[in-house]
Amino acid sequence: MPEGYFGSYVTIGVFAVVGLVLVFGTLALTRLLRPNVPTRAKTLTYESGIDPIGTGWAQANVRYYVFALLFVIFDVEAVFLFPWATVFEDLGTQAFVEMVIFIGVLALALLYAIKKRVLEWL
Amino acid sequence: MADTYLQVIFWAFFALMAIAGIRVVTTRNVIHAALYLVATLLGAASMYVLLYAEFVAWVQVLVYVGAVVVLMLFGLMLTRAPIGSANFDNNQRLVGAVCAGLLFAVTSFIMVGAFEGQEIDFTGTEGTKVQSIGEAIFSIYVLPFEIVSVLLLAALVGAVVISRRDEGRVDS
Amino acid sequence: MGAIADFLGGPDVVIAIVKVVVAFAALLVATLLTIWFERKVIADMQARIGPNRWGPFGVLQTVADGIKLFFKEDVRPRYADRWTYGLAPVMAAVPSFLAFAVIPFGDHVTVGGERVDFIVSDLNIGVLFFLAAGSIGVYGVVLAGWASGSKYPLLGGIRSSAQLISYEIALGLSLVPIVLVTNSLSTVDIVAAQAGSVGNVDLFDGTFLQGVSELFEVIPNWYIWSQWPAFLLFMIAGIAETNRAPFDLPEAETELIAGFHTEYSGIRFALFFLGEYIHVVVISAMAVTLFFGGWNGPIVDEFLPWIWPVGWFLVKTIAFVYLFIWLRATLPRLRYDRLMWLGWKRLIPASLLWIMVTAVVNVNPEGVDEQTLRSIRLAVFGALFLLVLFVVAKGDPRLKQVVTPERPRSRRAQKQGVKSGSS
Repeated sequence: MPEGYFGSYVTIGVFAVVGLVLVFGTLALTRLLRPNVPTRAKTLTYESGIDPIGTGWAQANVRYYVFALLFVIFDVEAVFLFPWATVFEDLGTQAFVEMVIFIGVLALALLYAIKKRVLEWL
Repeated sequence: MADTYLQVIFWAFFALMAIAGIRVVTTRNVIHAALYLVATLLGAASMYVLLYAEFVAWVQVLVYVGAVVVLMLFGLMLTRAPIGSANFDNNQRLVGAVCAGLLFAVTSFIMVGAFEGQEIDFTGTEGTKVQSIGEAIFSIYVLPFEIVSVLLLAALVGAVVISRRDEGRVDS
Repeated sequence: MGAIADFLGGPDVVIAIVKVVVAFAALLVATLLTIWFERKVIADMQARIGPNRWGPFGVLQTVADGIKLFFKEDVRPRYADRWTYGLAPVMAAVPSFLAFAVIPFGDHVTVGGERVDFIVSDLNIGVLFFLAAGSIGVYGVVLAGWASGSKYPLLGGIRSSAQLISYEIALGLSLVPIVLVTNSLSTVDIVAAQAGSVGNVDLFDGTFLQGVSELFEVIPNWYIWSQWPAFLLFMIAGIAETNRAPFDLPEAETELIAGFHTEYSGIRFALFFLGEYIHVVVISAMAVTLFFGGWNGPIVDEFLPWIWPVGWFLVKTIAFVYLFIWLRATLPRLRYDRLMWLGWKRLIPASLLWIMVTAVVNVNPEGVDEQTLRSIRLAVFGALFLLVLFVVAKGDPRLKQVVTPERPRSRRAQKQGVKSGSS
């Protein structure tokens, strides 16, 4: 086990680099070994066997964007919960009350979103 | 001698961040710009790791790379964003460069002033503990922390209001 | 700053490289075996034989498939964005690998005076690293959907990434109670906290239930007993994160062809699959680490004492991989609105509630002794368990109700319909 803080991160770095080398190496190797005969019909965009119509862009429901926004908000919340959880035993009741307020406000936010029906799909 | 390795790693990530940062504003493809932004943010995360701030580093990855840029990509995919050939650039590069330079100067000035020659001890074998961050938040910075929840609430209400279908028209 | 210098100079670097190589080899073999295992198990559940041509019991079938994909032509659609199209499968496969770095798959062994822990890297913030790696994995789906320059992948990509981000929150929140009871974000600490048996419960002491107390001496001290709601949340969110049945909407072949990877072929397609199966293995291993005591097991023999924990870890992980496969063979796919309903209106509130319950139970008010607290906690958890059993046995009427999808009318028409109906 490499000692210390930087040691553990160097190992992570080595792990990531080996992973990337493995993946890109495989891709490079197959490039040498596989056939490559692109024809017009082959490179046509797939649309269930018929000729594609229009561009590759399709209109999607804008509600997806609301979910992404809510995701950012709750992601930030989750990030605050982790340091809280690690010091919970030391700070005890004080940290508990603080977090009840924090989660309470965000639960209110979730309730608001539910009441305004933005979380409903149909 | 000993910290040469740290220097090498630092400058490597610095180069990555600088190149990616420049590409963010020069590439013509908005999705590529978002990906260069991801590279810049990952570089920033590695900088945090080098500064012993591992918790901040992974929060950076989790929130900025994993959430904020994903939100941007969503926006680009849902709208018919000008991708590739379209010239969405305007002719204000010079103004943009001056503004960015000024912003950089002001921020660096404030940052250098705020830390006034404090230095990080690079001999430690432990990163900053999450526990110490938690203790700081929940015993010193309690009020800012609670305000964050109100800020998030405001953001959510804003998101809901903007995205709601226009129901006012129905009631006529 | 000598840490890196020492690291690069000492025997540590050899150990690190050996560990990395072993971890990669193990993951690749695990993927090959998992795919074969899945095909065999599902075949068995459907009264078929499954792969049986290559190797004993068809175990080499996946290798054969891999070789085939390796030599296949890689067709890139004309309107694809070359750069991003190539990057997407890499972004899908590599983060899945990375998450394995913080999973302890055994105890330690001493080789030539050097202590070698069976974990690639014991980060202090291991749990956060696992989540961060998962959050990068979303890019594979988003980019594949966008870069293909095709409609189905775009729709599938948006749909899939919305699912992934929705369940990512529940996944993150389900880990908070574990951190709360361990007071650490390190996976090694979490496993260490689950060593031994429950033991020392004096709830029934002096009553006719004395024997029950002794029973607790043999029950392993895993978090599953007290944290089973967190486990359920973790498992549901984890399965959704892997895009597998019943959450395999991204690949819903009947409506989206194959979702985000419609336009992928050959080795790039194989990389998406590799990523998915490694993700299954990693989520299983993480469930074992967090809730089932990691490598802790009842028997550790004198003979090769380091191999037993690895064995226990493997047995438990395989059990979870089996669960993944079993669910795929059993459950139908969720409808999209039900998926969002489950994620946002059930899992997230439930995980917030469970964090609060865990916090209430673990608050240490002054002046109450440890034993009484333990007993109270056990009683609270027991009562909760019975309550949930009761609810499950009775059945939630809302789950039985057949939900007919509303017609895709505009809200305006609906409102007017309601109005004219009521007046």
